[in-house]
Amino acid sequence: MIVAEQKKLEEIVGQIQDFNKILLVGCNECVTVCEAGGKKEVGILASALRMYFLNHGKEMTIDEVTLERQCDHEYLEEIRDMQDKYDAVLSLACGVGVQFMAEKYHDKPVYPGVNTCFLGATEERGLWTERCQACGSCILAYTGGICPVSRCAKRLMNGPCGGSTNGKCEISKETDCAWQLIVNRLKALGRMDDYEKLMPLKDWSTDRAGGPRKVVKEDVQL
Amino acid sequence: MSVKTPSKLEKIMAAGHFGVTSECGPPRGCNPEVIPHKAGFIKDYVDAINVTDNQTAMTRMCSLAACIKLKLMGVEPVLQMVCRDRNRIALQSDILGAAAFGINNMLCLSGDHQSFGDCRQGQNVYDIDSMQLLQTVRLMRDEGKFLGGGDLDGRPRMFVGAAENPFADPFEIRVPRLAKKIAAGAEFIQTQCIYNLDKFELWVKQARERGLTEKVYIMAGVTPMKSVGMAKYMKNRVPGMDVPDELIKRMSGVAKEKQAGEGVKICIETIQRLKEVPGVKGFHIMAIEWEEKVPEIVKGAGLYPRPVVD
Ligand code: SF4
Ligand code: SF4
Repeated sequence: MIVAEQKKLEEIVGQIQDFNKILLVGCNECVTVCEAGGKKEVGILASALRMYFLNHGKEMTIDEVTLERQCDHEYLEEIRDMQDKYDAVLSLACGVGVQFMAEKYHDKPVYPGVNTCFLGATEERGLWTERCQACGSCILAYTGGICPVSRCAKRLMNGPCGGSTNGKCEISKETDCAWQLIVNRLKALGRMDDYEKLMPLKDWSTDRAGGPRKVVKEDVQL
Repeated sequence: MSVKTPSKLEKIMAAGHFGVTSECGPPRGCNPEVIPHKAGFIKDYVDAINVTDNQTAMTRMCSLAACIKLKLMGVEPVLQMVCRDRNRIALQSDILGAAAFGINNMLCLSGDHQSFGDCRQGQNVYDIDSMQLLQTVRLMRDEGKFLGGGDLDGRPRMFVGAAENPFADPFEIRVPRLAKKIAAGAEFIQTQCIYNLDKFELWVKQARERGLTEKVYIMAGVTPMKSVGMAKYMKNRVPGMDVPDELIKRMSGVAKEKQAGEGVKICIETIQRLKEVPGVKGFHIMAIEWEEKVPEIVKGAGLYPRPVVD
């Protein structure tokens, strides 16, 4: 899923303080799972903002709504009439949702309430870690199912580098060395011979290097 | 191993002599005197001088320009190139530029992460890694081709090297990793500083058993310790460094003002012991900001005068 983290209250305030009526919009998908922008977080943030503006003697209406998804026309349409009554929208969806909202409601100011961080997994309650950078041509088949693009600080295709120490990455003792994980996994799979196969230069044209990307599936298009 | 390039370093090792290299870090500024000054101490005691490429991710004068400076003073440079800062276009283009100035040695590295340096907020590139950089240079040199498939007008005649750290983790891949670097095109290896001689010798022995020492010149890396403080720092702070306790004990056993001398002595003893290890073909003496000690070490280790080849 897409992992996000709520922005600091001061930054959010800075974005919306010149308006009087704000629609705070949550999303039921990824940001709900990572507890950054679901219905619960919308409620908590709305209270915090109301409190803030009350204490600062500013009249401010903050109303709440949480959509099934903000990256989908169908659900965004649900607030077409509603959004008209507000000066601006504060979205707690990932960057995709925020942009889709801005595209749909072209003359409505839309502000992000979260920082969109990465594609990752819930390791335990309250801890999310990165697993993928959407490079557009997956090489997990060759690396024991562990991604060096997102998990090696130097995205080495033929690692590890000389800085790998006690299983940790040279950048921090808190970060696993991806190549130590890859070697452990190849060992467990009895595939250590694969370690010596040179990985060819990666084609990054499917990554962000190639410019904005699109996926087209003609057989399902209407 | 037959000679494939005009590199003096390659010729010396191919003739069966120990090769000797050292290194110079370019300045944090554009002072043109720094490199000639540092090189002045060591040039007659080594076969070639490595020039580091923004080491520890601290921004410095570029390695290529500093190599050209050396070349102009008649010293043979080893151009270090890291994959952190340049994509495949820039790397190939710098290789060609270096070759045009008669630079014939290159060391391919991944480079320290930028979080160690003075531009922590910068991007890194890592379009290719050090193994793929080795392949790139060999493709350009041996096939006269660009990565994009085009033909080169003039091939860069580079003697190509890589670094290896026999002490890094995971240990079980240290020899496979050497094999992989050789398969990628490495012709010489400069190792991480060696203090744990037993572990190093085990690594060379395993490499020998796989026939790898017949395919690559292994240059053992040594760094003289200036003080017991430096020894402790290396042990505890530098990732991938293996400094045994006996060494720290030996350094602390001598008076403060004699520690530098002891460090040099240990360094000379290390070289003398490693000269006897089959498969070791040379020495890379990294006297960090202590270049003036290199002559003493080279002489003390019986590596002076340097052989002359044509
Ligand atoms: S290789 Fe690419 S697609 Fe596969 S997990 Fe890594 S970043 Fe994602
Ligand atoms: S220590 Fe491991 S994860 Fe970190 S940069 Fe080196 S190879 Fe990559």
